[in-house]
Amino acid sequence: MDAGRPGDPGNQAEILVAGMKHVIVGAGPAGVVAAETLRKLDPEAEIAMIGDEPEPPYSRMAIPYLLSDHIDEAGTYLRKQPGHFVHHSIEVVADTVASVDTRDKQLWLTGGGAVSYDRLLVATGSVPILPPVSGIDHEKVTNCWTLEDARKISRGCAPGASVVLIGAGFIGCIILEALVSAGVKLTVIEMGNRMVPRMLDETCGALLERWCGEKGVNVMTNAQVEAIEDAGGPVKVRISGGREVNAELVISAAGVRANAKFLEGSGVELSDGAVVVDRHMCSSVPGIYAAGDVACGRDFSTGEYSVQAIQPTAVEHGRVAAHNMANHGSVTHPGSVLMNILDTIGLISSSYGQWQGVEGGDTATLVDEEAFRYIQLQFDGDRLVGANTLGLTQHVGVIRGLVQGRFRLGRWKDRLMKNPLLVMEAYLAVSQG
Amino acid sequence: MLRSLSIDAEKCTGCLQCEMACSYENEGVFNPAKSRIKVFTFHDEGRFVPYTCTQCDEAWCLHACPVEAIVMNKATGAMEVADSVCVGCKVCTIACPFGTVNYNQDTGKVIKCDLCGGDPKCAEACPTDAIVYVDADATGLDKMRAWAAKTDNAASARG
Ligand SMILES: Cc1cc2nc3c(=O)[nH]c(=O)nc-3n(C[C@H](O)[C@H](O)[C@H](O)COP(=O)(O)OP(=O)(O)OC[C@H]3O[C@@H](n4cnc5c(N)ncnc54)[C@H](O)[C@@H]3O)c2cc1C
Repeated sequence: MDAGRPGDPGNQAEILVAGMKHVIVGAGPAGVVAAETLRKLDPEAEIAMIGDEPEPPYSRMAIPYLLSDHIDEAGTYLRKQPGHFVHHSIEVVADTVASVDTRDKQLWLTGGGAVSYDRLLVATGSVPILPPVSGIDHEKVTNCWTLEDARKISRGCAPGASVVLIGAGFIGCIILEALVSAGVKLTVIEMGNRMVPRMLDETCGALLERWCGEKGVNVMTNAQVEAIEDAGGPVKVRISGGREVNAELVISAAGVRANAKFLEGSGVELSDGAVVVDRHMCSSVPGIYAAGDVACGRDFSTGEYSVQAIQPTAVEHGRVAAHNMANHGSVTHPGSVLMNILDTIGLISSSYGQWQGVEGGDTATLVDEEAFRYIQLQFDGDRLVGANTLGLTQHVGVIRGLVQGRFRLGRWKDRLMKNPLLVMEAYLAVSQG
Repeated sequence: MLRSLSIDAEKCTGCLQCEMACSYENEGVFNPAKSRIKVFTFHDEGRFVPYTCTQCDEAWCLHACPVEAIVMNKATGAMEVADSVCVGCKVCTIACPFGTVNYNQDTGKVIKCDLCGGDPKCAEACPTDAIVYVDADATGLDKMRAWAAKTDNAASARG
């Protein structure tokens, strides 16, 4: 079992030095899970979590459901019990960390103060990238990354308003539904040749695009925003190929990058702006760890290090980092499986691991274009290593189970090649046979 | 003492009474498609395998939930979905490596076995004792849970 899981009984026996001072920068899922895990591991530790957003710790992932009015702002909070952090003696500090002095083990806050630490966790997430075009700083342009952004989007989405969404990546696709149900006239501009190009294959992405089209959303793929011009009222969005759209609101969901600028010059090694960590989530500087979107961590499938920027990975990182902060070397990160599930105006797609396939591997596919159903499985020998699905909602988790269990499928491989929908049966047969 | 569902596939005749009882208890309809327990049929071998959540210690679903909508019922040990909190993001459905958390498109929420609050209707309905509700220690659950121990994941995480 994964010893890096909170709730494991007997964890306290692991602690070598109790009562250390742990400081966590960032109060997102990675930071919160790390703080709680540390508390379980060491009841005497001093734990402070510094976050720069004005709200209680919340989940960005819940923002689409706030936009579609399924929940209120409190529904996005990571912990629902009032006084949760106080109860667990986790001090939540509202401030921004400006820099870290790794020699004297202290960090500086923009508010002016300094905070010392024995162990430091960098869990500062990522920040959205704005496409480098003129007019992108116009007040009618917003990201969809924070609760503050969500409020701005809600205000700008009056029924009938013309809205341009830049980027049909996974975040763009999840918020489509909220925008459509708000009754706006929506145009989506995607640079890639299909929707969600970094998560879905050609067939899947194309089906999703057709689905959106049938729902009245104008999706332009292979298209780029060239400029955003102030036109008094709505802005004029110029798009490659000489097209233009007037918009009352422009939402940019064009990708993110790790948020570790405050570490520049600190001696902590960064790669493409993300914190390089080892399998203990430890950075190049002993005593400093990183977790979540800001960390360049191990990928389960490839064994390589990359930024996955997904919620389940942030939580796994937070847990593993906490164990090693409390007792270095106690838990090794096996790598996280890259996976995602999207609901785009009611059509559900998912991706797992090496969905692009591996060299010398086999692919099984089954498609029903009329019904918007699709599944493709990727094999390496007789092991499942990745998949894409569209229109499937039942037992999809077992795909992760097969990938992460590295089960040898034996004769079930041929059966799956003929009918990839039999994943659950295959799993039962090989895991419990 | 916590109790859990013990499933003996050898005894299953594929009658689907468990699915009926489950969907009726939880959704108010006799509709196997809405059941939280599912009987898989292996035609070639003439075998039926009832399958549902084992309420595993790892609780992948609970930890993956971004809004704390899945919580453990301390009395039954079951991981329960709080409908009023669930936003329907489905991350738990891909996080659960057993495939036992499913999305219900009608309600926009996820569903999973909650042991019917300690009185599981599937076990009650099973005419052949293929599904029984017994002391957790006495079940063949270990076999179902062996999954975690088998993975590379486990080996290295222990290290
Ligand atoms: C709209 C939307 C939808 C999403 N949907 C999904 C989804 O369906 N599935 C999925 O897996 N993922 C999804 N994600 C991504 C997921 O939310 C992130 O992977 C996750 O939030 C990462 O957690 P984290 O703790 O690493 O970082 P964050 O949640 O970004 O938290 C980091 C915190 O640190 C704070 N911080 C940064 N710098 C400092 C500093 N110097 N000092 C103090 N505080 C600082 C930040 O303000 C922030 O509050 C979605 C994201 C968005 C925006």
